[in-house]
Formats: sequence, C-alpha cells, structure tokens
Amino acid sequence: MSENNSIIKVRGLVKKYNGVEAVRGVSFDVYSGEIFGFLGPNGAGKTTTINILCTLLGYDSGSVAVNGFDCRKSSHEVRSSIGLVFQEITLDNQLTAYENLKFHSYMYNMERKTTKIRIEELLEVVGLTARRNDLVREFSGGMKRRLEVARGLLHRPKVLFLDEPTLGLDPQTRKHVWSFIEKTRKKFGNTVFMTTHYMEEADVCGRVAIIDNGKIIACDSPEELKKSMKGETIYLKTADNERAARELKEKFKLEAKVIDGGLSFNVAGGEKFIPRLFEGMGVEINSISLKRPSLEDVFIHLTGREIREETASPRSRTRGPGGPRGMGRGRG
Amino acid sequence: MFSYKAVYVIVMREFKRFFRQRGRFIVSMVRPLIWLFIVGAGFTKIIDVGEGADYIQFILPGIVGMTILFSSIFSTISVVWDREFGFLREMLVAPVSRVTIVVGKLLSGTALAVFQGTLLLFIAPILGLDVGVTDFLAMIFLMTMLALAITALGLFVAPFLTSLEGFNVIMNFIVLPMFFLSGALFPISAIPRAIRFLSFINPLSYGVDSFKHVLLPAGGRLTPEMPIVLDIAVIAVFAIIMTFSAAIVFDKKK
Ligand SMILES: Nc1ncnc2c1ncn2[C@@H]1O[C@H](COP(=O)(O)OP(=O)(O)OP(=O)(O)O)[C@@H](O)[C@H]1O
Ligand SMILES: [Mg+2]
Repeated sequence: MSENNSIIKVRGLVKKYNGVEAVRGVSFDVYSGEIFGFLGPNGAGKTTTINILCTLLGYDSGSVAVNGFDCRKSSHEVRSSIGLVFQEITLDNQLTAYENLKFHSYMYNMERKTTKIRIEELLEVVGLTARRNDLVREFSGGMKRRLEVARGLLHRPKVLFLDEPTLGLDPQTRKHVWSFIEKTRKKFGNTVFMTTHYMEEADVCGRVAIIDNGKIIACDSPEELKKSMKGETIYLKTADNERAARELKEKFKLEAKVIDGGLSFNVAGGEKFIPRLFEGMGVEINSISLKRPSLEDVFIHLTGREIREETASPRSRTRGPGGPRGMGRGRG
Repeated sequence: MFSYKAVYVIVMREFKRFFRQRGRFIVSMVRPLIWLFIVGAGFTKIIDVGEGADYIQFILPGIVGMTILFSSIFSTISVVWDREFGFLREMLVAPVSRVTIVVGKLLSGTALAVFQGTLLLFIAPILGLDVGVTDFLAMIFLMTMLALAITALGLFVAPFLTSLEGFNVIMNFIVLPMFFLSGALFPISAIPRAIRFLSFINPLSYGVDSFKHVLLPAGGRLTPEMPIVLDIAVIAVFAIIMTFSAAIVFDKKK
C-alpha cells in the first residue's frame, strides 16, 4: 500500500497538558480499509491521540489529517467522516437501544428511510434485535459495547475509531466484540483505528504502532514485529539467578534480563536449546518455560518492561512445568 | 454547522428523560403544591394583606416563578450529567456546531419549564383567581421569556461545574437566594434595604413581577412593584446576554 492510500496522516504531532508533553512528536499513516492498532500501556497517550484525530482536542504542533481533511481547519468534515467508540460508555441509560441509535441518526442528519433499514441491520449484526426496546440501563457491559459499535457504524463512517473497545469485558465477550468488529469491517469496508493495551488483541490488526510514553517505538504488522524478535523466549527460574546469568553469557553467549525473580532471554530454536541448557548449567533450575514471541515480548524487548506491570507478570506463565503455559506448550 | 434536526432530537430526548424519571416528574409537580397549599394556606390565616388578594393568591405568581426557576436550572444538571456519563461526547463528536447543542439544551430546558408552569396555572381558578384566555396567553409568553433567561443562565454556569457536587453548591448559594429575594413570598419592598439591591440584580424578580401584572387583581398591598415594560426589557436583555455567554463558554470549555 502506498502513501496516497492513507486515510489518516499524522506528522510530528505534539500535545502538551499544562506544559507536560503527553504526545511527543508522533508520525504515522493509516491506510484505507485496514485495521490499525495503537498499542501501549496506561498513560501512553492513546486516548489523547484519538481525541485529537476526532477533533475533540487541540494540539500544540504537527499536522493531522483524516480522510484528507485537516483536523484543525476542517473539523466539521472530519467529524462527518468518522465514527467513534469512546473508552468509557457514552450511551444514554434512560433511552432504549433503538432510541440511542435514532438519536445518533438525527445528529448525523441521516435520511429517515435509510436510518430505519440500517438500524435493523446493525441491531441484527450485534445481536441486539430482541432487546431493541429495552432501556440501556438494563444492559450488561458487553451489550452496551456492542450497541456502541453499532452506533459508531450507523452513519457509515469512513473510519471507525475504537478506544479500548474491550476494556473491562470478560475474555469471552472480548472475543465476541472483536469478531463482529471484523465482521462489520468486512461488510462495510470501513477503516478501523483502535487502541488497546491487551497485547493479544492486537493480533487482529493489519498493522500496529507500539506507543510508549508519548512516542511510537515500532510500527509494523504483528507478524513482522514478532519476526524481529528472532527465536523464542525462554523464562527460567533458578536457585541462583546471578550465577545463572553469568553462565548463560559465558557458555551460550546469551544476554538474559532479570524479570520478576527469574531470567528471560531469546534464543533461536528454543526447543532444541532446552536440553543443552540442562546439560550445560551448573545451577539448579527450578522451572523453565518457552514461548513463541508475542507482541508483549516485542514490547518488553523494546522498552525493557512489561506493558501491564501490575497484572501480567511472568509469574503467570511459569507455574512450574505443569503450568498452563509451561514447557509442553512450546511445541504445540 | 447548525442543524435543526439535531436541535429537535436533543429536545425530544430531554422530554423523554423527564417523563421517564418518575421521581423528578412527581417532585416537580408536588413541590409547588406544597408551597401553595401548606405554606401559602398557612400564612393566609395570619397575614392580613388588605383588600384585593389573599396571601395564597399573592404567592401564585411567585410559585410559578419558582417552578420555572427550578426546572430551568435543572437543565444545568442535564449538561453536567451528560458530561459525567459521557453522553456529551457523543454529541460533541457529531458533525453539528456547538451552538446547535446549546440551542437544543436551551429550547428543551425552556419548553420543560413552561410546560410545568402551565400545568400550575390551572390551579389559579381553585385559588379564586380569574385567568382568561388572554391572560393565559400572556402568561405563556412571559413564562417563556423567563425560562429562556434562566435556562441560559444555567447553561452558562454548567461548563464551570466539574461534578454533580458543584450543583449542590449552586442550588444552595444561588438558586434558593434567588427565590427568596425575588418577591415571590413577600414584596421586594419588605426586604431589608441593605440587601435589596440583590433583588434588583435578580432576573427572577422581574419575571415574578411580570406574572403578578397578569395574575393578580389590581389593588391591595401585594401588587406588582415595577412597570411591566421594565420587567420584559430586563428579562429580554438578560436572556440574550446569557444565551451568547453560554454559547461562547460552552464552545471554549465543553
Ligand atoms: N485532561 C488532562 N489533563 C492533564 N493531563 C492529562 C489529561 N488527559 C491525559 N493526561 C495525561 O496525558 C498522558 C496520556 O494520557 P492518555 O489518556 O492519552 O493515555 P492512554 O494511553 O489513553 O492511557 P489508558 O490506557 O489509561 O487509557 C497521561 O500521562 C495523562 O496523565
Ligand atoms: Mg485511554
């Protein structure tokens, strides 16, 4: 895909809050029809960037264009080209699902006839036809989310923005929401710009930009990003990590990082490497696990830390060899 | 871009919400009745207002004013509420101008207030006040003016309130004094001289006074205190200034 195919064009974007830079010189393109993901930890500047793209927020320098319109000069045209699902729920609880959609159709000056057909169609797609006349107040989190995505698509926007669309949903519902974001994109051919801090979700994206601390540190397809990792990640717990790290360096020429009381390093042909490791190491190995590189590993590799420090520590990957993500899985 | 359709749907939404919030609807209907038939009836027994009108009749214009005041100010909540619950962003990101949203909120706040004020007017005959068709139409006009002015004031204040807590402060330090100082319950001339200027900068005073012109029989001690032309002029100017201020502030602060 080429540059002239880009539907979002951001160059040198800087946004300051009270003098502190939240977005620090970000540039990227989103191509027409793709799913583009913004991946980053809390406070990275994802929402800030989305709000700027949606003309809800001004910026300090750089240039931002959506669908060929400048976000500052032609905010009206930009707003006509986009649909938006915010990080927080923004439905009216005291209206029904149908009324929320109808409100939207009036705000976007849609024709009465097409509105009716499209509302029915979208309610069907998101599986809420039976609940159309229920107050949104009575909906579960997942249902609200689905309704919001339907609303975001109602006026057939060129670009659908999704700010953490699956935040706070259980894994099953998250999958569900994704499957029909995919489904609707195939059906309507809109571009999707989404943010998430669930690394595994970014796999649905055609391309992802990894953003940290207001800067894009990598931008490519998930496959390419993972390939750049070379080999597999091995996570090791030993009786003496310091000595183990030294031995790894001396005997195998491997640089290990200390993460959460264990060692982590990348090695090509990881499965074959493990037996050699057991032979060669003088330190007692308590547990070991091997993982194909995920986007999370890419993130750790690029930043030297985990995306969600508090929740996803390596501990969850290494409940001993029998653990859910233990040794056996690497071969699968 | 200004959009009539958007204004229409914003107004419709506010009406739907109003009727769905049972509690709010009932409170807004019962509060004026409490004032009239408990406070008003009680004081009627002990206050001799001379010939012309009974005390309970005298306060009807003030209670209509209060109903409009409370109802209009409620549109402030509706903006703060929409912001707290995120719905405001759904409106802000739509391809309509900010002015559209302000106008929608202004009209819905005004219409709801006039609607409630009108219901109250039907009590007038029970109190022995004679309200003819012309009086009724004049009241609708005057109530609309006052409701516009106060709703605009509410919309002007709303962007400065960062939470619903702020609204309590407004209620106690602005709305209640506005009511008590408006001449609704006793003539402005009875208010201590030192704070009487507060009555004169209070838009509600002019609204209530204009209602008295229409609703109260001439004579007695409890008649209007200002010329009706002045009442209308002050409210109109206030409404216009507040509407523009609200639109500007709303655009700046969201
Ligand atoms: N209104 C604001 N005023 C001041 N600082 C802000 C404001 N909004 C965001 N920030 C700061 O800007 C930075 C980026 O915030 P942003 O909300 O864009 O992050 P995010 O990537 O969306 O995070 P999350 O995953 O938590 O949603 C943070 O450091 C935040 O504290
Ligand atoms: Mg965010």
